[in-house]
Amino acid sequence: MTELFRMTAADIAAAVRDGEVSAAEVTDAHLARIEQVEPKVRAFLHVAADQARAAARAVDRRRAAGEELGPLAGVPLALKDVFTTLDMPTTCGSAILGDWLPPYDATITRRLREAGVVILGKTNMDEFAMGSSTENSAFGPSHNPWDLDRVPGGSSGGSSAAVAAYEAPLGIGTDTGGSIRQPGAVCGVVGVKPTYGGNSRYGVVAFASSLDTPGPLARTVLDAALLHEVMSGHDPCDATSIDAPVPPVVAAARQADVSGMTIGVVPEFTGEGTQPGVLARFSEAVELLESLGAKVTEVSCPHFSYALPAYYLIAPSECSSNLARFDAMRYGLRVGDDGTRSAEEVMALTRAQGFGAEVKRRIMLGTYALSSGYYDAYYGKAQQVRTLIIKDFEAAFERVDVLISPTTPTTAFPLGERVDDPMAMYLADLFTIPSDMAGNAALSVPCGLAPEDGLPVGLQVMAPVLADDRMYRVGAAVEAALDARRGYPLLNDARGLA
Amino acid sequence: MPIVRDDVAHLARLSRLALADDELDHLAAQLDVIIAAVARVQEVTAEGIPPTSHAVPLVNVFREDTPVPCLDRETVLSQAPAVEEHQFRVPRILAED
Repeated sequence: MTELFRMTAADIAAAVRDGEVSAAEVTDAHLARIEQVEPKVRAFLHVAADQARAAARAVDRRRAAGEELGPLAGVPLALKDVFTTLDMPTTCGSAILGDWLPPYDATITRRLREAGVVILGKTNMDEFAMGSSTENSAFGPSHNPWDLDRVPGGSSGGSSAAVAAYEAPLGIGTDTGGSIRQPGAVCGVVGVKPTYGGNSRYGVVAFASSLDTPGPLARTVLDAALLHEVMSGHDPCDATSIDAPVPPVVAAARQADVSGMTIGVVPEFTGEGTQPGVLARFSEAVELLESLGAKVTEVSCPHFSYALPAYYLIAPSECSSNLARFDAMRYGLRVGDDGTRSAEEVMALTRAQGFGAEVKRRIMLGTYALSSGYYDAYYGKAQQVRTLIIKDFEAAFERVDVLISPTTPTTAFPLGERVDDPMAMYLADLFTIPSDMAGNAALSVPCGLAPEDGLPVGLQVMAPVLADDRMYRVGAAVEAALDARRGYPLLNDARGLA
Repeated sequence: MPIVRDDVAHLARLSRLALADDELDHLAAQLDVIIAAVARVQEVTAEGIPPTSHAVPLVNVFREDTPVPCLDRETVLSQAPAVEEHQFRVPRILAED
């Protein structure tokens, strides 16, 4: 039998269901793997070994009692530290939350527990999900298992690194401008941003509420789909949650067939400025899809080029408003409360000390964009651009079933390279932002290694709102064909932990 | 119009961030670059285009008015930076004169 920590979520769940292995053994194997590689990867901010073992034993007891187990019962998972958890700290990668222990579980946390998923701990992230490298974490960066001197992407880089390093078969992240797909792409794993509103944000600490979307990370498309169905669905506690059936993503991942589909290539995202090896792998993916029976055509989306500037007005504006809640009064850090200072002074001192550089930049940028006198020229205009991006998608999806592009313009970049160059960092999300702005579904699936650096490249598949299943069909077909051609899973080539 | 240190100091006050002088200088240079880049949205012809604040059009979302238990006071206060007589203790909010 394969080492337990190398098994897929689907195989673990089946083995637990069939009594071939206990959930407790599976959890122990992953905790041992974490102990072994975590000093190099640093994917977790908090490992909850006791709670994980207790959750695993509960699954084993339910099985022994003859209960029907769900599709992911007994499967370990790495949860981004932006989801509230009753029994584990929730820091959002920020010093301002201190050792906050949330008084309630996020809806997604609760759904995972009810499904018998074993939460191994909370993963590192860029502070309040703002960044593309985890370098904005107050607790230091995580490292890419392909090359420990490179970033694992961000903001959900702790979860993507944990999955790529075989510390957990499943991870959960949140995507606001690409924060699931980009770390997925640069770590060589699958990252999914479901349709906006498909997943509850109750108990997810807010960054930009009109964009934030929780979603799965996994080593296979099927595993991502299984998690997608467990975590998704309407939640009355989140007013933006869509009251509609979850798209049949597991069936689509099993179908893994693109014959008869029409696929659009976005020419705006395959031009200059993209790393040659990324473009080479993307072109091969296009040929592969044609050979699998899809019709591929070019579909121009002229306003996608303006998505990045519009995003960096809209997201910081919402962030400046959302992060006003960190006022040092009810929870978290409080600095300078010596009896002489006013509440406002304490607030300003706490926020200056508790927030890192990128969060401060974005709060100030948002405050600027929303200022009277600038509002129409910046925030107002960005909202109009958002409408034009949605119209580009609508026009495209009248002609094609899905759109494709590279997920990121480059492979994983070296730690430290972009830390003090915000615009360079922002460019990592160039191709992922449009789907956040329009709220449609998108995923990243590995499509090989860039020849010049041997690092993974992601193929992005974008589907219409609530048609998430279409991108799983495409992702699973690409994965199956590439795995068959290679003869082994892509992650076997990851040499950072060799 | 370039972003200068005084603009950043003003934004910092509005944002309730007590920034040090060197931070103000550093941020002025960075915000200037970022704002010049995002100003590209102004190139787009958007005459008569309605703004989108939210990708999924939803208005007036209600749920059933069913009473459910809320968090108890001690649980909530257990995470507070300072507590007095079962309440949040906060610094003074009015000037003394």
